[in-house]
Order: sequence, then structure tokens, then C-alpha cells
Amino acid sequence: MGNGTSVGRVRGLGSAHSGAHHWLVQRFTAIGNLVLTSWFAVSLLGLPNFSYVTLRDWLVSPVSATGLCLLIISVFWHARLGLQVVVEDYVHEHGAKFAAIAALNLAAFGGAGFGLFSVIRLALGA
Amino acid sequence: MAQATHTRKARPISPHLQIWRWGPGMAVSILHRATGSALSFGGLGLLLCWLGCLASGPETYALFLQQAGSWYGRIVLIGISWTYFNHLVSGLRHFLLDIGAGFEVSSNNRWSAISPVIGIVLTAAFWACLLSH
Repeated sequence: MGNGTSVGRVRGLGSAHSGAHHWLVQRFTAIGNLVLTSWFAVSLLGLPNFSYVTLRDWLVSPVSATGLCLLIISVFWHARLGLQVVVEDYVHEHGAKFAAIAALNLAAFGGAGFGLFSVIRLALGA
Repeated sequence: MAQATHTRKARPISPHLQIWRWGPGMAVSILHRATGSALSFGGLGLLLCWLGCLASGPETYALFLQQAGSWYGRIVLIGISWTYFNHLVSGLRHFLLDIGAGFEVSSNNRWSAISPVIGIVLTAAFWACLLSH
């Protein structure tokens, strides 16, 4: 009474119906990162210096603040998806994998939350 | 359960350094993963550190500038900017592969070899612009 081979267990079940969404969102956020980080790099190069006053004045503008908020969402989302694949490839033990993905989700949401709060605080006058 | 794990024959599990033959395509792929992972920790850590120091006020931000301007700060900043540009270029390569282009061995090898070079050139250009003013 075995459970069959690993191929035999999954044969006939069809696709998992979830991988394509992950793959697509990885690309969508990659496009977001491409646009937003390029804008951010060019904006940094355009600043006369990196003093507190210069950066605050730049960040107070609604376009800069919105751009940075979108950048934070896009890069943290992309990093979360990418690191998930890394975890799934190298962590094989179920408990450790679950713990790693849980920690990754907490870190991604926590980091993005902190970044968004910092930008909003500066934009609304720290 | 433990017995079943022992008797099961070792099977290839995922792309890994040991079971891949080294070549340009494999190298640029693992570099893409390595720089992506480094950016997730180092790059995003730096971004949050920078924003957090700015949001905390001029005194805290002065500490950030002091560390960023030191020799080790410069090494970290240049390193992170290189991982960013490298990941950007190899990511663009992935977009091209996604549409089905560049799978012929010769063009695949060529673009795999060229993309990390473009990453270094962009990093150098970025710092040249940054330090020129």
C-alpha cells in the first residue's frame, strides 16, 4: 500500500491555477520598478545637493511624494514575490518554508508601511 | 516517514549551482537572483534607513549623511547601486526572453555576457554624474 510515485500522485490533477498569477505580477511590478526607480535615479541626479532642506523641499511636492509612495509599494511587492521563489527553491522542509514565507510577508508589509509613513510624514510637514 | 525519505532516490530539485553547467546564461541568471536578493535586504534596507532618517529630522539625517559620506558608506552605496543596475539590465534581458526572443545559443550567450557589462557601465555613468556636481 504505497502512495504512488511523486509523478503518479499529481498526474491528472491539472495545473495548480496559481503560478501564472505570481509570474505575471512579478512582471507587472518589474515594469513599475523600471519606471519608478529610473524616475527616482534621474530625480536624485537632478538635485543640486543632498542636504536635509533640499530633499525635504523635493519630497514636499505632490508628484515626488506620490512617486516615492508608488515606488515603495512596487519594489516591496516585487521583492516579496522574488524572495518567495528563492525560499520555495531552497527551503524544502514544510515547517521551515511556512515560517520563512510568513516572516517574509511580515517584513515586506512592515518595511513598506514604514517607508510609506516616512514619506507621508515628510510630505505633510515633519 | 523518515524511512521513506532515506529510501527515495535523490532527484534534481531546483536550479542549483551544483547541478548546472557553468555558462553565460546560467551565470547571468544566478547573478540576477543574487543581486535581487541583495537588493531586497541591502537596497530596501538603505531606502528605509534614508527615508526614516529624513522623517526623523535634520539631526538624524546628518548622521545618515556622515555615514554615507565615509569610505565604507561609499563602498556600500556603490555596491548597492551596482546590484541595482545589474538587476535592471538582466531584468530587461528577462523581458526579451519572455517574448520568446534570444533563445538561440549564440545570441543567448552574447547577451548574457553583455548585460553585466552594461550594468557596470550604467553604475559608472551614474556615479560620474553624481560626483560631477
